[in-house]
Amino acid sequence: MEYKDYYKVMGVAKDASADDIKRAYRKLARKYHPDVSKEKDAEARFKELGEAYEVLKDAEKRAAYDQLGSNWQAGQEFRPPPGWNPAGGQGGFHGGNASAADFSDFFEELFGRAQAQGRSGRRNAAGPDFHMQGEDRHARIFIDIEDSYTGPTRQLSLQVPEISPEGYVQNRERTLSVKIPKGIREGQQIRLAGQGGSGMGAGQAGDLYLEVAFNPHPRYRADGKDVYVDVPVMPWQAALGDTLKLATPGGNVNLKVPAGSQSGKTLRLKGGGLPAKSPGDFYAVLKLVNPPADSAKARAAFEHLRNELEGKS
Amino acid sequence: MNAQHTLQGEIPGYDIPLTLEQLCRSCALNRDQVMLLVEEGIIEPKTPGARATPQDWQFHWKTVTRVRTSARLQRDLGINLPGVALALELLERIDALERRLQGRDSG
Repeated sequence: MEYKDYYKVMGVAKDASADDIKRAYRKLARKYHPDVSKEKDAEARFKELGEAYEVLKDAEKRAAYDQLGSNWQAGQEFRPPPGWNPAGGQGGFHGGNASAADFSDFFEELFGRAQAQGRSGRRNAAGPDFHMQGEDRHARIFIDIEDSYTGPTRQLSLQVPEISPEGYVQNRERTLSVKIPKGIREGQQIRLAGQGGSGMGAGQAGDLYLEVAFNPHPRYRADGKDVYVDVPVMPWQAALGDTLKLATPGGNVNLKVPAGSQSGKTLRLKGGGLPAKSPGDFYAVLKLVNPPADSAKARAAFEHLRNELEGKS
Repeated sequence: MNAQHTLQGEIPGYDIPLTLEQLCRSCALNRDQVMLLVEEGIIEPKTPGARATPQDWQFHWKTVTRVRTSARLQRDLGINLPGVALALELLERIDALERRLQGRDSG
C-alpha cells in the first residue's frame, strides 16, 4: 500500500489552519470537479482531493495522520505502525459519507471503513412483519464511443456497499453482465430493475442506475448523438479537392473533400453519428497540415507557391 | 458470484418521459429537493396544460443529467442553487464556444 501525502495533494503546509485547508479544498475542487474541469485526470485528482480533505478537515483524523510522522514520502510503501489505533476507542471513525466507499486502501487501513449510519440497526431490530423496499443504487460507468454503435455486452464490476453483521459498511465486488443499449449517449442512465439493494420482508429490491460516460477517445468526440473527428489534410488536397478513406465507428467511408476547402471546414456524414430512431450525424472537421520546408526541394516548392500566389488570398 | 445472465436495462425517460416520482428516484433526491430545482428554473418540466400540477409533470431524460450535475455541484463545491444555475449556464456557454472554436483552430 502506498503512503499518501495529503498535505501535498491539497498544496498546503503541515501547519495550515482549518480555514486554509477549507480554502485550498474549495479552490482545487473548483479546478478539478469532473463536471466543470477540462483537465484530463480531473476525475482521479478530484477523488484524491476528496480523500485528503476528509482527513485534514477533521481535527481527530488529522491528528492521527500527523502521528505517522513526516518522514514518509508520497508513494512510499506503507504499513501502519504496530498497535495503530487512531480512534482511541472502539472500531474506527464514524460518520463516513457515501463517497468514503471510494477511498484508497491507505485511507481504509488508517481510518477503517465507513460505518453504517443508524438505519441499519433499526432495520435489524424490526420484526418479521417489517417490509421495506430496497434502496436504489447509483454508479457511473465508462464505455467507449464505439460501444454505443454496436451495443455489446459488458462485464462491469461494481463496488457494492453491504452492511456487515457488526453494522459496518463493507464493499463487496459484484460483477454484472450488462447489455449496453445501442445509441446510448453520454449522461444517459441505464436502469436495471431489481438490481439495487435487496428489500426487507416482502419489500421489492431497489433498482440499479448506471450513469454512462465515454472514455476519452484518441480520435472521436461525441456531442449528444453527433460524433466528430479531426481529419488532417495537406494544402493541395484542400485546394484541389480529394477523396480520402476515412475510418468511422460505423465503418470505412470515402470522404470527398471539395476543392477550395479551408481548415476547419466541417463535412457531414448524415446519420453517421450514434444510432437512434433519428440517428446522429458524423462530422469530419478538416485540419490543414502544413508540410515542413525542411529540404531544398520543399523550400523551392513553397517559394514557387509564394511567387505565384503572394497577395492573392 | 453466481451464473451470469446478461441484464437488459432501459434508459429512464428516453422513450416515455419521466414523472416527478421517477425523476426523483433516478437522481436519488427527494421531492422537495427536485421541486427547488424547478423553482430556481434549473430544470423545467414539460407541462401538458396550463393547470398542470406536479403530478402531471413530465421530464426529458436530459433532465436527469442536469439534476445529477446540480446535486454534485451543490455537494462538492458548496454552492447554493442560484450559484448552481449560473455555473450550469456558464458551462453551457463554454461548451458552445469550444465547439465553435474547434472548427476554427487547426491545433
